[in-house]
Amino acid sequence: MELLLDSLFNGVAIGSVLLVAALGLAIVFGLMGVINLAHGELMMLGAYTTYVTQLIFKLPILKPFYNSYIIVSIFLAFIVSGVVGILLEKTIIRKLYGSPLETLLATWGVSLILQQFVRSVPLAYGTGLVISLIIGLFLPTTFPQKIKESINFKYFKFSSWILATLTGVLTGSFISSTVSKLSRASARNVDVTAPSWMRGQVEILGTAFPKTRLMIIVITLISVIAITLFLNQSAWGMRIRAVTQNRQMSDCLGISTEKVDIITFGIGSGLAGVAGVAVSLLGSVGPNVGGNYIVGCFMVVVLGGVGNLLGTVLASFGIGIMTDLIGAGRLLSIWPDMPLPLSNTINFFATTSMARVMIFALIVIFLQFKPTGLFPQKGRMVEN
Amino acid sequence: MSLSKFKFDKRIVLSFWIILIALIIAAPTLLPVFRLNLLGRYLSLSIVALGVDLIWGYTGLLSLGQGIFFALGGYCAAMYLQITSSSEFPNNIPEFFALYGVEKLPFFWEPFRSPIFTFFAIWIIPALVAGLIGFLVFRNRIKGVYFSILTQASLLVFFNFFNGQQKLINGTNGLKTDVTQLYGQMVGSESMQRIFFWITAILVIAALYFAKWVVKGRFGNILIGIRDDEPRVRFTGYNPVVFKTIIFSIAGGLAGISGALYTVQSGIVSPQFMTVPFSIEMVIWVAVGGRGTLLGAILGAVFINYAKSLVSEALPASWMFIQGGLFILVVTALPEGVLGWIQGDGPRNLLQRFGLKRKIETYPSLEANNNEGNNE
Repeated sequence: MELLLDSLFNGVAIGSVLLVAALGLAIVFGLMGVINLAHGELMMLGAYTTYVTQLIFKLPILKPFYNSYIIVSIFLAFIVSGVVGILLEKTIIRKLYGSPLETLLATWGVSLILQQFVRSVPLAYGTGLVISLIIGLFLPTTFPQKIKESINFKYFKFSSWILATLTGVLTGSFISSTVSKLSRASARNVDVTAPSWMRGQVEILGTAFPKTRLMIIVITLISVIAITLFLNQSAWGMRIRAVTQNRQMSDCLGISTEKVDIITFGIGSGLAGVAGVAVSLLGSVGPNVGGNYIVGCFMVVVLGGVGNLLGTVLASFGIGIMTDLIGAGRLLSIWPDMPLPLSNTINFFATTSMARVMIFALIVIFLQFKPTGLFPQKGRMVEN
Repeated sequence: MSLSKFKFDKRIVLSFWIILIALIIAAPTLLPVFRLNLLGRYLSLSIVALGVDLIWGYTGLLSLGQGIFFALGGYCAAMYLQITSSSEFPNNIPEFFALYGVEKLPFFWEPFRSPIFTFFAIWIIPALVAGLIGFLVFRNRIKGVYFSILTQASLLVFFNFFNGQQKLINGTNGLKTDVTQLYGQMVGSESMQRIFFWITAILVIAALYFAKWVVKGRFGNILIGIRDDEPRVRFTGYNPVVFKTIIFSIAGGLAGISGALYTVQSGIVSPQFMTVPFSIEMVIWVAVGGRGTLLGAILGAVFINYAKSLVSEALPASWMFIQGGLFILVVTALPEGVLGWIQGDGPRNLLQRFGLKRKIETYPSLEANNNEGNNE
């Protein structure tokens, strides 16, 4: 019993990281039919945001609030990855609308650039750049309606970009002069240390659970609830669902599909940032950190199907629990005296990497029966 | 009015071939050994690019997992070389087995003692694996992005499998071939490398003509039909699954040959051949060269790899930026690739833009009729 609980907890912990990471991917895929190969790198940006936030909270002014940095970094990571995602949508993905394979390649190019960017640009200046992007993209939207409609709006936009650049450069140089760890570019992995209240373990029903993992489960829970509420209760959520179901019809009915695309892509990317915070708690953060999770996310999307969050949730936890069951060879400890050939097979697959092999095989078998995932979208259209 | 309509004089064609053959024969004396070896490797990579062009440029299947078949071909060649030069090691099995305390050769190594088996295995095993994966996926009408990410996932699965099995195939260290013997000669030696270069050059030409033959005629038309409108092909009475499976296994076989040639020239095969970036790079070679133009795939593979080695020698950090930019640029600005742009209306449009050529006014339908039958 205890063993089963332990296994279940581990599975849920693995699954919840997968879930936050795959949630954004699944929403975007459902809406635009686009798989974002830079999703892993958006996670990486989230993880680096956590690292930068942690170092900034070590400054004398913010020192008293150090313990809450992780909460702040969740929001910051959401914003940072979201803004980079919005920029990506506005500059590249929109141009490739209707050709998902080309989008796949273009986003791969973006992911290469982002990886090399964190390697060869000092994080302080990277932070400055991101800050100027945030200000530049959002300042014009806060102007009163009267200015937005005037002919001179482009000058307002231009001046807000100048302001944004100045702020970015100033913050960048300020950070690089005060936090020495951020002032030099390095390709080495960095470590995020959890605040003291998140270290250690909690005991439930006689089993010890590490607090960081519990925290990740909590983050996942909050993200899933927030997204569900947003999609089902808000006006924009309704529009997103409408466009997901039938883009042309929604367009005809006056929904701005362009805005829906931007919002969805921003939220999807922001969720990748939140996943990045979770990832940074699990291990060290490097330019390649996203690559370790991205294929798991694909599997979740393939298994869960599009257009239904429940599919994504079930698929992530299913994969998480299976990874733990197979990878740790738990079936053997649950049923110690199984026949020899079977136990040999299980031992053969009892490593993390071999568990992936097994799970992939299982997914391919599953797809033979349900090719469009757990919860396919219903309709009577010819494919395409 | 495209360049492909231009009929070449027979004498020009003949002299082109003579120059090409002379260049291939003379290359070892013209180039230093290091550069010759690089050129040979890039030429072998162009064979896998041809396969990618067949499945992506002609059939519209974007596979991000060609590395699997590439590596399988490489492993087949390396296993043969290892096992034939293992007579002086304990138990008559390759040296690395001793490190992991393996005394008996794993069963699947046995057939690789035979050179004839290996000769066929190099391309048949990858083709069979590709056919199996392809059939299981296509059967369910999984396509588009789903197909791409499934191939990428299977690539990672194969990587994990090969990376983890030290006792079977030396895991992450891979199999070395440069210190093994082939017909009494060291594989890594200069004279052997020269021969491998010639074999590669001949096989590239052979593969090009094979691919041209594949896409010619009705078979090729159906492939293009699948690319452009698959449901319509199905409604016309063809079964796309069969055609897709066949072309995917052909591409797999080409990848296997390519991998074997690459392995003997680079001196090692390792799970690194199955990393995700390498397989996506193959796609970009084709995209830059021009998808749907077979020659473009070859030129793209050779030139991009050459540029990669030049840039990486000079400015190691900048290659990732350049490559990333190339991915974005080629899909947004130059979707037909360089050769496709030249063969299409690209040069004329450019001249028009500078006012050097008059705009030709025609009905689109007339132009389409004129071009019929002349498409590659």
